[in-house]
Amino acid sequence: MINLLTLLTIVLALITGWRLMRVLELVRDLRGDEEDVITDADNKFNGRAFLVFLVLGFAGMIYFTIDAKKYLLPVAATKHGVLTDAFLYQNFLLIIVVFFITQFLLFYYAWKYQHKKGQKALFYPDNHKLEFWWTVIPAVVLMGLIVYGLQLWISITNPAPAEAMVIEVYGKQFDWTARYSGQDNKLAKSNYKMISDDNPLGVDSLDASGKDDKITRELHLPVGSKISFKFHSRDVIHSAYFPHLRAQMNCVPGMTTVFYLEPTITTDSMKMITNDPKFEYILLCNKICGVAHYNMRMKLIVESEADFKKWYATQTYVFARPDSTTPVAPNSVIDSAKTVEAMTTNKKVVANK
Amino acid sequence: MSTHSNDHSIEAHDGHDHHEHHDTFWTKYVFSQDHKMISKQFLVTAIFMAVLAMVMSLIFRLQLGWPDQKFPIIETLIGHWGKGGKLDPSFYLALVTIHGTIMVFFVLTGGLSGTFSNLLIPFQIGARDMASGFLNMLSYWFFFASCTVMTASLFVEAGPASAGWTVYPPLSALPQAIPGSGLGMTLWLVSMVLFIGSALLGGINYVVTIINMRTKGMSMTRLPLTIWAFFITAILGILSFPVLFAAALLLLFDRSFGTSFYLSDIFINGAPLHNTGGSPILYQHLFWFLGHPEVYIVLLPALGLASEVISTQARKPIFGYKAMIGSMLVIAFLSFIVWGHHMFITGMNPFLGSVFVFTTLLVAIPSAVKVFNYVATLWKANIVLSPAMLFAIGLVSFFISGGLTGIILGDSALDINLHDTYFVVAHFHIVMGSSAIFGMFAGVYHWFPRMFGRMMNKRLGYLHFWLTIVCVYGTFFPMHFVGLSGAPRRYYAYTSYEGFNAALNINALISSFAILGGLAQLIFVFNFFYSMFRGKKSVQNPWKSNTIEWTAPIEHLHGNWPGEIPTVYRWPYDYGKPNHDDDFIPQTTPYSETTASNLPGEV
Repeated sequence: MINLLTLLTIVLALITGWRLMRVLELVRDLRGDEEDVITDADNKFNGRAFLVFLVLGFAGMIYFTIDAKKYLLPVAATKHGVLTDAFLYQNFLLIIVVFFITQFLLFYYAWKYQHKKGQKALFYPDNHKLEFWWTVIPAVVLMGLIVYGLQLWISITNPAPAEAMVIEVYGKQFDWTARYSGQDNKLAKSNYKMISDDNPLGVDSLDASGKDDKITRELHLPVGSKISFKFHSRDVIHSAYFPHLRAQMNCVPGMTTVFYLEPTITTDSMKMITNDPKFEYILLCNKICGVAHYNMRMKLIVESEADFKKWYATQTYVFARPDSTTPVAPNSVIDSAKTVEAMTTNKKVVANK
Repeated sequence: MSTHSNDHSIEAHDGHDHHEHHDTFWTKYVFSQDHKMISKQFLVTAIFMAVLAMVMSLIFRLQLGWPDQKFPIIETLIGHWGKGGKLDPSFYLALVTIHGTIMVFFVLTGGLSGTFSNLLIPFQIGARDMASGFLNMLSYWFFFASCTVMTASLFVEAGPASAGWTVYPPLSALPQAIPGSGLGMTLWLVSMVLFIGSALLGGINYVVTIINMRTKGMSMTRLPLTIWAFFITAILGILSFPVLFAAALLLLFDRSFGTSFYLSDIFINGAPLHNTGGSPILYQHLFWFLGHPEVYIVLLPALGLASEVISTQARKPIFGYKAMIGSMLVIAFLSFIVWGHHMFITGMNPFLGSVFVFTTLLVAIPSAVKVFNYVATLWKANIVLSPAMLFAIGLVSFFISGGLTGIILGDSALDINLHDTYFVVAHFHIVMGSSAIFGMFAGVYHWFPRMFGRMMNKRLGYLHFWLTIVCVYGTFFPMHFVGLSGAPRRYYAYTSYEGFNAALNINALISSFAILGGLAQLIFVFNFFYSMFRGKKSVQNPWKSNTIEWTAPIEHLHGNWPGEIPTVYRWPYDYGKPNHDDDFIPQTTPYSETTASNLPGEV
């Protein structure tokens, strides 16, 4: 019934519009306006509107930008992030200047040089000097941006130093798992065909370097350390996005991707900086990966070395360790609180840094 | 009609009058081989698809703006996908996917090039029709079939394709991964294959026509910039669409025949798949090899239309005609070697990333030249602010705004943190979406009299423009900040994480502008169809334009001109020439008739 009424309303609105147009046209014909020629009144109106739009638009943008500052990400919590942020703001400065000048000229000219009867435009088809300079100047500025940007990019993507702590971040629909490489700082090989309930990452049990690997459902990083992330996915492409660390890398099935970073601010310090006692770092999925894409995330905690060691000691090994003093339950239910409790007794503290 | 341009015979035309009486409804309106009718067919189909895609975007904007509220209208529109007025999360992904696909391919590629290349190429170069009317008709019908299949995919039980408009495998390859990757995805691929067929048939036709069928005197450097834009666009399409075809074909093989081009080491739904050795990144390389030129396939025709409208309505020659052509050629060339900037963080070799940063930022140079030339054209002009001119100025404004943020995104170091956030969504909606659609609006308002012999209502046109430009900026400017707050795109809701306050608060504002902007488009749709039947009759050359399409009779006839095709004597931008009575000199006026105003060397 509602649908029918809606439909009826739309039809009636259309008919009304149609008739209204006829009335307006008849009135126009009676008044003898030349509808089809753009009159000087039209030019005046729209020229002024451009000026108003220019002024209100600029004012609105400036107001909104100042107001929206509170929503922006807090200060970068990694070494490279501070540099990219600085570069981002230099870029913004440049483009804002260009933006204001060009938009101003565009709309100002549209008002200033509006059509007037009997007036003629300046016949000015080209000027090679002008064109030369406005090709060369952007080219020089862009070269500067390219050179600086690439230096930054290369410094970020350089291979991680050997002493960096290796952590695997493993994505699957729709959650994240982390695997720490333990004392030897080496991750055991994994194979998707070995994935089972007991071995959710398909870690190769014959690979000796896996003996000290641990898997966790939270990602903890010691502040001031060097972290070498290795990313994997078991099903579709995911993207590991750490907005506060200014880091992102896709997780692609069948290949390993890497990202190196050094976190510089602990979660607790960030709570103070942002003045938000509930602040938490986060790892998000940022590549469409299925229906629950928007819920795929992991808690990330940056903490002191000591806190990290304490937490790390409570985490489970990938494989039960027969040599361990405390018997370890198979880690099929790694995220259950029980296992974590059982693990707290494990004295084996492993941390690289 | 296959009269060669050099054959200015009257007999050719006489053949027509006779022929015209035999037009039935089917040959005139449906299986037409006339470029003017085909252009209208493209336009009307594109308007229909655009409204469909726009309504989709409004549905998901309702969800994003007010995630906790229920909107009964959603259930009215999409039935069980919006049960109780709440949008289903998997259908949300379907909506963003199909919205993107329709807007990029059907509206801004098929709709824009199809409409204006078809209308203006024969008219502006002085040809009786396209090189092959039959291929042209096929091009439209492939396009129509493609639109039909895409629309039909909306009614698939499991939902249409939902892997994003880029349909990256493995998500798009595995029905286990997302419901939309079943039959919906198959239909998406079929539709795309048909679309590529249409784009290639059209593109080859445009190129052949422009090279071979220019009228006497119409040298390449006397072509209007519209034609240059269509020409370069068609070449881009011919070179890049086959690569998309290859990508789609391999994806089809992976989906249906068990091959492993894009699949490797996958464990899903509790079982490992047999596929090994493929690479999902290969698909991205193939896709973006089309995908990036595609951006310019969308944008260049819009810039071409804007150049023509700006020069005509500014009553002043376009500044730097040859620089405009040169910058389009450079942009077109560069567009083939920048695709990797969509893939900086896929794990591609960082050195390769560096190369793409370099080539990408180079694009800013010819783009800057174009902007400066537009502004210089307006300087000391005598600007007639027709609705088309307003839209063309709006296009330049968006081209600046969106182009500038491209400098940031093209820098790999900055892209790390902005990739796939709303900053990207804001960037491309302004620079590609809004610019191109404004170019299309400018074209429709300007050439409507050429298409239908009637004028569109200018007051409704003004209202449409002002509401639209305010709403476009109102929608997409705030989106930059949502992105800078770290909010990923393609999220159904941002309610689950405290840090997304920005996304929550700003999204309501964005959605309000989007809805108002959507309603404003109804003014255009109404004006378009109303004026088609009831608009005031157009005069021969309503905008006092130099180009030769305005010398053809208002009433359409096969072959465009009765009698000889006019000969061209000069470039199309002799506006405001000193020592000439009028402020325009049509291309058909010989220099011998304008001795007072001729510049040195013009004889």
